[in-house]
Amino acid sequence: MNLLVDLFSIAAIGAGVFFFLAGTVGLLRFPDPLSRLHALTKADNLGLGLIVLGLLPRSESLLAALKLVAIWALVQLAGATAAQLVGRAVRRKGSAA
Amino acid sequence: MSVLQALDIGLALLVFAVAAWTIFARGAFAATVGYVVYGLLLSLVWIRLFAVDVALTEAAIGSGVTGILLIGAAARLRGGETAGDERSLSGAARLFTAGLCILVALALAGVVLLLPDQGPSLARQSMQNLAETGLGNPVTAVLIAYRSFDTMLEKVVLVLAVVGVWSLAADRYWGGAPGEARAARPEPTLAFLAQVLAPLGILVGVHIFWVGADEPGGAFQGGAILAAMWMIVMMARLTEAPQTNAFWLRLALVAGPLVFLAAGVAGSIFAGGFFAYPPWLAKPAILFIETFMVLSIAVTLPMLVAGPPRREPRQ
Amino acid sequence: MADFLLATAGVILFTVAVGLVRILSGPGDADRMMAAQLIGTGGIGSLLLIAAATGARGVEDVALGLALLAAFASAAFVNSAAPAEDPDAADGR
Repeated sequence: MNLLVDLFSIAAIGAGVFFFLAGTVGLLRFPDPLSRLHALTKADNLGLGLIVLGLLPRSESLLAALKLVAIWALVQLAGATAAQLVGRAVRRKGSAA
Repeated sequence: MSVLQALDIGLALLVFAVAAWTIFARGAFAATVGYVVYGLLLSLVWIRLFAVDVALTEAAIGSGVTGILLIGAAARLRGGETAGDERSLSGAARLFTAGLCILVALALAGVVLLLPDQGPSLARQSMQNLAETGLGNPVTAVLIAYRSFDTMLEKVVLVLAVVGVWSLAADRYWGGAPGEARAARPEPTLAFLAQVLAPLGILVGVHIFWVGADEPGGAFQGGAILAAMWMIVMMARLTEAPQTNAFWLRLALVAGPLVFLAAGVAGSIFAGGFFAYPPWLAKPAILFIETFMVLSIAVTLPMLVAGPPRREPRQ
Repeated sequence: MADFLLATAGVILFTVAVGLVRILSGPGDADRMMAAQLIGTGGIGSLLLIAAATGARGVEDVALGLALLAAFASAAFVNSAAPAEDPDAADGR
């Protein structure tokens, strides 16, 4: 049972790290700020979500697990809002914001 | 080399790189972003040094309050900034300053690396007497019990800072409100962020303050998060900064140090020493003082960021 | 298992470092704002992994605080970029 939980954690966290890497590659290769923003927010939110998923079975108490989920939800909110705000700023001032 | 050591070295190198980038960045805004990133990385470093309370403060102040303050300042300076400002310091002066800084850094590094294994510390005594204060978190005990006088003076310094900021206003604006007026149609994205974050943030802030008695946390960290929540609501223009001559504002600003001082004086009457707590009343007294400290910090930090009054006082 | 968690924390930090290099040199302020977002998310990820690996107490509260304040820098940036603009007038809506 413990082994199964560990395997699940490793799989989820590994997938999360893969998404972080993919997001960074997108960041490096995409040509303009808006597409870089897209890569950044999509991959990082999913990357963090998978990491949180992998860490959930290892948390010490229900409160700690709820905190992990709350952290992920807040980062989703912050990422989405920041993307909107930065996108709006880029659109207003041209691409050399 | 273990994985943990490699991670620590990598983190340290990253901190160096970001610090170097911040120093060499062109333009105030780029340097500000570098500084915010540096602060976030430092939180990680504090965690690795098992100083979780400091990490919490670094996260709350560094990415919250200081970030907003510096970005706002950089934006205000943007109009007057030119490339010519770079030449204010001659090459020789820069070299001398760099040499001095490097010397200080090397001296500090030398001292830390040459520390004996059992360095001078009062940690054992502070842990032994923890039970008398009724607290479980030694950091809070140091702040509010063993060195409470210093903490009270720090809160007084905060009040002085606010007075200093307010005194930058023109004479006719004294007593008015800082910041911009409330917007009739606030920007929807910011308004959404503020409306969702503020209730959660208040909950988290109070939780971190309350849990600081036994776990990492405390009045300053909780107050800083509450301050950040008020700041985002003001940034979204859902509310406007209060007038600086408002009585409730001024009362809230001084409530923390006043209650602290009153507790200290009461200690000299009822517990036999300035800032002593009677043992059976220690934890309630500490929590009572901390509550007002949280209030003061939550009101002081946004006032510092809002700046000097910019409108004439009404009435 | 702890080693695996630490190694993934290291990989995330490395990823963030590479991303930072690109963004901090980016040609506009918006690119630099994205640097703050990236380090925020990556930092929280590494923080949670390091906490799970080394067992430090109270670290979820630090991550919670960081997550709460993650959007603040962007909000301050946007607020200062368009200080007294009326959103309706600017977009012509």
